[in-house]
Amino acid sequence: MQLDRRNLLIAALAGAVAACTEPAASRSVRVAVAANFTACAKEIAAAFQQERGDPAVLSFGSSGAFYAQIAQGAPFDVFLSADAAKPRQLVAEGLAPASGLFPYAIGQLALYSARAGLVDAEGDVLRTGNFARIAIADPQLAPYGQAAIEVMDRLGVRARLAPRLVRGTSIAQAFQFVSSGAADLGFVAQSQLVGATGGSRWAVPADLHSPIEQQAVLLAKASDNPAATAFVAFLKSAAARAIIARYGYGLPG
Amino acid sequence: MGLVIRTTAELAAITTILLLILATPLAWWLTRSSSWTKDLIAALVALPLVLPPTVIGFYVLVALGPDSPLMALLHPFGIRTLAFTFEGLVIGSLVYSLPFAVQPLRTAFELIGTRPLEIAATMGAGPLDRFLTVVVPLARRGFVSAAILVFAHTVGEFGVVLMIGGAIPGETEVLSTRIYRLVESLDFAAAHRIAAGLLVFSFVALFLLFLADRRFSALER
Repeated sequence: MQLDRRNLLIAALAGAVAACTEPAASRSVRVAVAANFTACAKEIAAAFQQERGDPAVLSFGSSGAFYAQIAQGAPFDVFLSADAAKPRQLVAEGLAPASGLFPYAIGQLALYSARAGLVDAEGDVLRTGNFARIAIADPQLAPYGQAAIEVMDRLGVRARLAPRLVRGTSIAQAFQFVSSGAADLGFVAQSQLVGATGGSRWAVPADLHSPIEQQAVLLAKASDNPAATAFVAFLKSAAARAIIARYGYGLPG
Repeated sequence: MGLVIRTTAELAAITTILLLILATPLAWWLTRSSSWTKDLIAALVALPLVLPPTVIGFYVLVALGPDSPLMALLHPFGIRTLAFTFEGLVIGSLVYSLPFAVQPLRTAFELIGTRPLEIAATMGAGPLDRFLTVVVPLARRGFVSAAILVFAHTVGEFGVVLMIGGAIPGETEVLSTRIYRLVESLDFAAAHRIAAGLLVFSFVALFLLFLADRRFSALER
């Protein structure tokens, strides 16, 4: 009896190991998506599945966390970063071929408030407005935060705003601070405002900051996954570009 | 770095003191009461144990925002919002660490039983007198446990602070959120240093807790 049970256990363990080593869902592609691209990526994945029949499994988070996870062997095939630096670093570290690197979207910055009438069409609220807190994404972590700092510098209002600044860990959190009303206004991604009604906003002109070039990279371990290469090809297609433009991103040339 | 440590230590110390004051009558009532509301309140108090900290943080953020009814009460005093302030962090920490103060105190109060109090009453001691001279000394083990647990738990608090803090240096940036930022900005070496420090601190705190526990039980025997 004792022996039987042990054999059963060994068999179960062997089965579990076999299940783990088997290429899990070999036809699907796993994509790590930067937080600002969430809504857009969902729509692209849906269109991709409709066209190819293969699902794309999306994970959403901050680019910094994804970089660290991929460097530690996370099972992603494609990484859509919020910046250009992290995908380039993955290439430099040999985790992705240089040929797998390409820009997929140009981020657009917006100044947004959940309160109607606070943000004007020229962004003068930054110079003259009376408010307690302005939210940005942490400039050390998020390119949108870095761009927000550059805008404040260019407008000469950084010193005025510094004591009122609150930092979210990602552009998603900056948006959450503003939309919950906890911060009066904040720099968010244009893509987060698509479909949102109410509040007040200013589309920050692109010449006030260096471009937020968002790079994608096909990772080395995905080289033998046809679904991954198909997803990358789809991301460059006219259909996907139309979706990206609709979400308020600029298109890479 | 020194600033972050100071903010963290101040937050933990203030939270510990306030929670011991607030949790003592609450734990006492939970021990003595026999009404059904006791279970209702006990469940409410235990909620932070099972809720994801980010959920607590989000509700606290909304509650401290300028549009909340809670903040409307403070408008006459010139306070519009407590989100992104040190005071806001203290409120979040009180909610988050409440069960860690109530539970050890409740256990300690229950262990005392009713006899010592009845004896004190027959000797003419009033309710407050009984509590201060009989219950508090007998429950000191519970107070020490609660203090250490709350302090350590508040130092390790992350999700709530992340949601309501806004990482303002010297006001709302604490060690745990600093580690997160360092990891996210790929500065693993600096993150390691702080994380190792926190690990040692937490270990020492828990070690002291168990040491104190043993000493007290030895004394009581």
